[in-house]
Amino acid sequence: MISQDLQIVLPEIFLAIFAMVTLVGAVYTGKDKTASLLTWVTAAVFVILGLLIAVNGEGTRVAFDGMYVDDAFSRFAKVVILFSAAAVLAMSQEYMSRRGLLRFEYPVLVSLSVVGMMVMVSAGDLMALYMGLELQSLALYVIASLRRDSVKSTEAGLKYFVLGALSSGLLLYGASLTYGFAGTTLFSGIIEATGHDISIGLLFGLVFMFAGFAFKVSAAPFHMWTPDVYEGSPTPVTAFFATAPKVAAMGLFARVAFDAFGGTVGDWQQIISLIALLSMYVGAIAAIGQRNIKRLMAYSSIAHMGFALMGLAAGTVAGVEAMLIYMAIYVTMNIGTFAFILSMEKDGQPMMDISSLNMLSRKEPAKAWALLFLMFSLAGVPPFIGFFGKFGVFRAAVDSGLFWLVVLGGIASVIGAFYYLRIVFFMFFGKENDGLDVKMNPVLWVALMGSAAVVLVGAANLFGIVPAAAAAAQALVN
Amino acid sequence: MSVADIAFYAFALTTVAGGLFTVLSRNPVHSVLWLILAFLSSAGLFVLLGAEFIAMLLMIVYVGAVAVLFLFVVMMLDIDFAALKAEMARYMPLALLIGVIILIQLAMAYGAWHTSDGFQTRLAAPIDGSVENTAALGLLIYDKYLILFQLAGLILLVAMIGAIVLTLRHRQNIKRQDILAQMFRDPAKAMELKDVKPGQGL
Repeated sequence: MISQDLQIVLPEIFLAIFAMVTLVGAVYTGKDKTASLLTWVTAAVFVILGLLIAVNGEGTRVAFDGMYVDDAFSRFAKVVILFSAAAVLAMSQEYMSRRGLLRFEYPVLVSLSVVGMMVMVSAGDLMALYMGLELQSLALYVIASLRRDSVKSTEAGLKYFVLGALSSGLLLYGASLTYGFAGTTLFSGIIEATGHDISIGLLFGLVFMFAGFAFKVSAAPFHMWTPDVYEGSPTPVTAFFATAPKVAAMGLFARVAFDAFGGTVGDWQQIISLIALLSMYVGAIAAIGQRNIKRLMAYSSIAHMGFALMGLAAGTVAGVEAMLIYMAIYVTMNIGTFAFILSMEKDGQPMMDISSLNMLSRKEPAKAWALLFLMFSLAGVPPFIGFFGKFGVFRAAVDSGLFWLVVLGGIASVIGAFYYLRIVFFMFFGKENDGLDVKMNPVLWVALMGSAAVVLVGAANLFGIVPAAAAAAQALVN
Repeated sequence: MSVADIAFYAFALTTVAGGLFTVLSRNPVHSVLWLILAFLSSAGLFVLLGAEFIAMLLMIVYVGAVAVLFLFVVMMLDIDFAALKAEMARYMPLALLIGVIILIQLAMAYGAWHTSDGFQTRLAAPIDGSVENTAALGLLIYDKYLILFQLAGLILLVAMIGAIVLTLRHRQNIKRQDILAQMFRDPAKAMELKDVKPGQGL
């Protein structure tokens, strides 16, 4: 029995052993001299593992008495997590080694946090959920303050840690209430205990747990940490924060909402609708005053989480499918945008003010057009894929009767378009100034152009991820 | 009233008093000492419950390691507790208001509390009187909850790596003792005798 169980968790075991072997290997050989190589090897391992999971997995299998679930939903999330983590690692190598930030622990910590994310999206038990969440978060706290000589970076790490601990406390309290009601921590047992009628005690547990999840996906009103952490962390780490952990936390959110509380959709629908609404407006309005592009992307990610949560709020198969597609699209757009942000430099120093983008189109039309595609896609302008992502969640929400949410979401989307278009305005019609350095690392260039091409061409058929997302949603909601 | 009842009330009162004085005492070192008292008496409560393993764990880990660590931190760090308290006093009314509201809500929730139907049958690990605590925990941790135990190990590994990444500094440009180099030092190579002629210098 145990060998079958271990076979199901093989990807996680493999990645954990890989992380430990590289750690010990690097300690006993070249230490930080091996860091560049390790980063590339880790990225390659992520890609291979993602491909294997995408090709091999089939059906729904549970391990360890239901504590760990391997189904189409978890596989979809894992593939997105692994590919985006690989892309961010590849993008960060040159940037970090040039600034002396690339230490061999960085790829090791990223691998361990990816193990945590994979456990999160596969969790079938409250304890497994918490273990995965802490493994992921703890590694993220450390890499947030990787630039330990900078006050902002240490502040980012500390703030993330303290607030993360608070949210973990809320989550645990909710989990204990849920356990006290159901008598089991297994999701299958909780859904059986709940039935279709939620008791007041269990409702408290649900609210506390959802507050913890909302913190992890940085949805308003639990978003306060996001701008500071995004601004303070080294830029490659910010790029990582904005991609893989978001997918994992969103996957966990959906997993608990449907696997554990699937019988009482009406009760959590209103909570998630409100969180989604607040996130969309906070993200859209608060970003208008931001001049620092990293803070701007933080608010942008808050708004995008609001739209993704709208899909979850629909509470249907179509809603989960739309949410998964939205997350995949969001990750693609963010990788491209951060590839550009990583190359924003002047005389070798990072320039994060958006006015430094003035008249980029004259000096470097290719990059300016690529960024224009990405910004239009982030704003949700057709024919770019960002529009199809938003369209999907809107349609799912309308189908389940959340018409008011869709109307208000549409207005938020229009408000949010302002700051994306302002970046485009600066690039094409801004004032004359010195501008940025021209040279760009080839990896970043490929990531930027590839992502821009994807947002343009992907509108045709979304690269066939729709059937995969539909299968994933079907596996989760039944 | 049996001996167990008396012991329960004694331990419970001491725990509450210890917790209260942890918060109230002005000297932070005294706070830590009161905290240790609270830990000790709650260990006694665990013994009364028949959870002797957790009681010992509380003594060894919390009293032995954590509380002593607290003491060291409190004594070694130069923290101005008066300033911290003044800062806290500013937000106290708001914090109290929110705290009271949440407390009332939770009281209402517990007032209407009931467990689900079939709660007993779903309990993951019903207590079996014939197996001892330590043995029962071992059976669960290393068998049923194997994966969680291993994940907890990974979390501790991350904590260890993190502590080293954030604090260890390899300082360059300082001279360290190299014993092998000292042992293999050859006087013939290290020294050179020169015959200096008077009045000329080198």
